[in-house]
Amino acid sequence: MSAPVIYTNKLTKRFGDFVAAKELSFEVPAGEIFGFLGANGAGKTTAMRMLCGLWVPSSGEATVAGFDIYHEREKIKRNIGYMSQKFSLYEDLTVFENIKFYAGIYGLTNAQIKEKSQALLHQLDLEKESGHLVSSLPLGWRQKLSFSVAVIHEPRIVFLDEPTGGVDPVTRRQFWDLIYDAANKGITVFVTTHYMDEAEYCDRISIMVDGVIEALDSPSNLKTKYGVDSMDEVFRQLARSAKRSE
Amino acid sequence: MKQLLSFVIKEFHHVFRDRKTLLMLFGLPIAQIILFGFALTNEIKNAKIIVVDYAKDAASRQIIDKIEASKYFDVENSLSSHEEIEAAFKEGKIKMAIVFPLNFYEDLSRTNKAQLQVIADASDINTATTLTNYISSIVMDYQNSLTRGIKPPFQIQTEVRMLYNPQLKGEHTFIPGMMAMIMLLICVMMTAISIVREKELGTMEILLVSPFKPIMVIASKFVPYLLISLVNITSILLLSTYFLKLPVQGSIFLLYAVSLVFIITSLFLGLLISIKSESQQTAMFISLMATMLPTLLLSGFMFPIENMPLPLRVISNIVPSKWFYIIVKSIMIKGSGFQTIWKETLILFGMAVALLLISLRNFKIRLA
Repeated sequence: MSAPVIYTNKLTKRFGDFVAAKELSFEVPAGEIFGFLGANGAGKTTAMRMLCGLWVPSSGEATVAGFDIYHEREKIKRNIGYMSQKFSLYEDLTVFENIKFYAGIYGLTNAQIKEKSQALLHQLDLEKESGHLVSSLPLGWRQKLSFSVAVIHEPRIVFLDEPTGGVDPVTRRQFWDLIYDAANKGITVFVTTHYMDEAEYCDRISIMVDGVIEALDSPSNLKTKYGVDSMDEVFRQLARSAKRSE
Repeated sequence: MKQLLSFVIKEFHHVFRDRKTLLMLFGLPIAQIILFGFALTNEIKNAKIIVVDYAKDAASRQIIDKIEASKYFDVENSLSSHEEIEAAFKEGKIKMAIVFPLNFYEDLSRTNKAQLQVIADASDINTATTLTNYISSIVMDYQNSLTRGIKPPFQIQTEVRMLYNPQLKGEHTFIPGMMAMIMLLICVMMTAISIVREKELGTMEILLVSPFKPIMVIASKFVPYLLISLVNITSILLLSTYFLKLPVQGSIFLLYAVSLVFIITSLFLGLLISIKSESQQTAMFISLMATMLPTLLLSGFMFPIENMPLPLRVISNIVPSKWFYIIVKSIMIKGSGFQTIWKETLILFGMAVALLLISLRNFKIRLA
């Protein structure tokens, strides 16, 4: 595992005069759980969208899974998974139909889809609900299903955009078990959040303030550096300087 | 290809799971046509009328008999004086009154001129016009029977032939207008809503991050609505042929081919609306404004375009349904071939290309 899975150098995105993300430079090694923190409007989503190939950067360079984000976006797309904060499942389709659909658009064969969906339903203990509409599932289950669907094609990296919004702490904890599982299988996890307790679960975190990465280290190192006991306080110290509001 | 197929299957799931939409998609055209066939017709049968006959002579008798014999009128009763007429109209029971003056036959036989008063309830213009036309032709008919054998010195006969629609049936304009309306509703509104729904749900982001190409997302949105539109055209045509007894005069193949061009134009319009709107409500509202109103007002379906002021006539040219309406009318009723409708078809085609180009441009801007 020599080359980093994500590499950026002075990656910048401007919208007119507004600099949404300024000169981001960082590396994420394979299998790491990389937390991306910041207040609303700090530029987290902008950074993630550039890495996913949804937005073209204004300047700077970056590779994802070893592919250039300007010229090899199609190759990047085959190697990443993505889960948005809306859990993005089709409510009028059944659990199985959702799995089948997402596996289908990643080009999995029927045999693969069958095998994968069985394993997935077993892991999530959703076998009985396989034929139920997603609209009948509780939020926590939808969230887990949404994550499992995002990694069904075994991507090298999975991007999670505030994946735990609106979910209670117990369910959130269970969700992180899934994330650890994925990381143990060698999938790199890139997760944005604004829950500080979740930040503690990450291997390393970066904190963005006003479009700039202000801090990047492991949670324990950051706490030592700022001389505080919790990530919450680290974040507050950094966020105090923020000028952008929501 | 397999990816596209699984996407199209998913789209069909959306359509068939939503009962209300399903009912609208397939039920609306059928309901509209059946309703129209039964209820909305320009032909008036058994209209109740009253007669005030001061003459009570041979001529008035004969005319009244003729009126009674026709299927259009029921002579309700005969009043003795015409003061009572207005009261009868106000009661709302009768549609028309006919007054024969004194000495009707005498005038007719001595001076060759007689007068007959026809009073119609013009609060309903269409009925009044139609009924007075019926009466005029009955009187004309009687007059012709009198002058048989006698040749008036000068006579110009206007022989009127109502081409393509001899019975002046309303269905002839209704069916083409209906087809335009249904297809616009399905292709523009349903397509726009279904694309915007993916945006609202956040699934669009996932699709854009996946290797599935955006152009394929759009293509798979189009397929179900295109097929549903074709099913609807077929059901409208079947109903019109067997239920309204209005078969297609021209080539069915040509009619389908041209409808396909119109469907594609509508799909692209739906796409453009979906790109421009952020919520399903907005998409629905814009679609209705962009399809229903112009089709009702500016396609020539309800109101003749020739009588409109210049600005409206100019605007009507950018309404796709106007061109489609002209084409369908020509093929269905006049039996025209491609040589008479190629211009209109080309205009629709041009609109499709323009809408596609604008959509693609806007789509790129959103991604950048």
